Amino acid sequence: MPKSRPIYLDNAATSWPKPPAVGAAIARTLEHIGGNPGRSGHRLSIAAGRLVDSTREAVAEIFHAADPLRVVFGANGTEALNLALCGLPRPGDHVITSSMEHNSVMRPLRQLEREGVELTVIPCAPTSVLEPSQVEAAIRHNTRLIVLTHASNVVGTLLPIAEVGRCARKHNLLLLVDAAATAGAVPIDMERDGIDLLAFTGHKSLLGPTGTGGLVIGERVDILQMYPLKRGGTGSHSSSEEQPQFLPDRFESGTLNVLGLAGLEAGIRWVLERGVDAIHARHQELLRLFLGGLAEIRGVRLHGLCDPAGQVATISFNIERISPSEAGFILDEEFNIQSRIGLHCAPAAHRSIGTFPDGTIRFAPGIFTTNEDVLYALDAVRQIAGRAG
Amino acid sequence: MNMAILFYTSNHAFRAEKLLKERGIACKLVPVPRHLSSECGVCLRIEAAQQEEAQELLKNAKVEIAGTHGE
Repeated sequence: MPKSRPIYLDNAATSWPKPPAVGAAIARTLEHIGGNPGRSGHRLSIAAGRLVDSTREAVAEIFHAADPLRVVFGANGTEALNLALCGLPRPGDHVITSSMEHNSVMRPLRQLEREGVELTVIPCAPTSVLEPSQVEAAIRHNTRLIVLTHASNVVGTLLPIAEVGRCARKHNLLLLVDAAATAGAVPIDMERDGIDLLAFTGHKSLLGPTGTGGLVIGERVDILQMYPLKRGGTGSHSSSEEQPQFLPDRFESGTLNVLGLAGLEAGIRWVLERGVDAIHARHQELLRLFLGGLAEIRGVRLHGLCDPAGQVATISFNIERISPSEAGFILDEEFNIQSRIGLHCAPAAHRSIGTFPDGTIRFAPGIFTTNEDVLYALDAVRQIAGRAG
Repeated sequence: MNMAILFYTSNHAFRAEKLLKERGIACKLVPVPRHLSSECGVCLRIEAAQQEEAQELLKNAKVEIAGTHGE
């Protein structure tokens, strides 16, 4: 019998459910905080402005960023990555990245390559582990930026951000980190980890709604040398037809998603209350249950590191003699289990782990996944594998 | 007497309000008087006696001030 409630294991795509406080904050904002932040002097505009500011503060707190004004909001992680990638390297510059990147990094970089930016993609091991010394060895005289995902969205492996951060500082390079898979799930400290630019999405482990995200810009970044992705109204310097030169306005044209930010703040506060460390520990517990259980099922082939200490709660696997798409359909249709199958917008990562072009089945439990959910999902995989065998 | 602290952007004004209130410095966000600036948005009204303390605090927090004006 399929469960009557969904067993949602697609938290790496977007987290669900959200803490009740998230929906409540959005509803409260919709009903009571109607103004456009930073555009007018009346109380409803001021209330919206304060809300945006306190959301900046929450973001700065969770990433240990010193200055909330260096938090720039945007539509999602992809927009934040595009802002940094399209804003910083110039033709003739060299950029280093890894083979585990999502297309939100790879596609802007391939476009930059056509425009004259040199690119090195460091190959990762099939377990998706990146060797920091390979990054250092790839540095050239014209290297300007290192771009790395904090964790693979396909197999969950954590990349050695702090080591690469130290290397970037040593060579006076900037490090841009894609924290889509880790923000809210793994402790991040921009200063300690040597991160100059942190791109985050609001709707995954920060537990906010879709349509939220941003870029936290460290002190080492010269913002006057960074092009805005969008130009337009900011509510400031209205007499000028030139884009402002200060943060966050320089990179924040257009009315912000105030409702989304209200939900994002509630999500981050929920995470901070429980503690990122405690959430990380729970994710590791879920990983141990899933990895241990899947490894015992005949016909299941696990990918990546398969070590809870070195990865986030994302598990990729295949079932022998059944395609990921068919398995995913059966999981949803017969068992009411939501997973994600295919290439997960990361073809280079699947080439690295040897699962291109068929892809994998991906289970990504979340903070609301119970141990009983895990056992139910493992039993479903066992049944499907048994039938296929 | 009151002072108006002007900012380049209301994003800075909201940050300043939060920081001043945390320090216990009374302040109020008000629309920027038209004769002071053609900018849209808000400025912070504080007691003139606390101007120095407020400016020091904002300087340390890297919140840039566009100007001050006695009211």
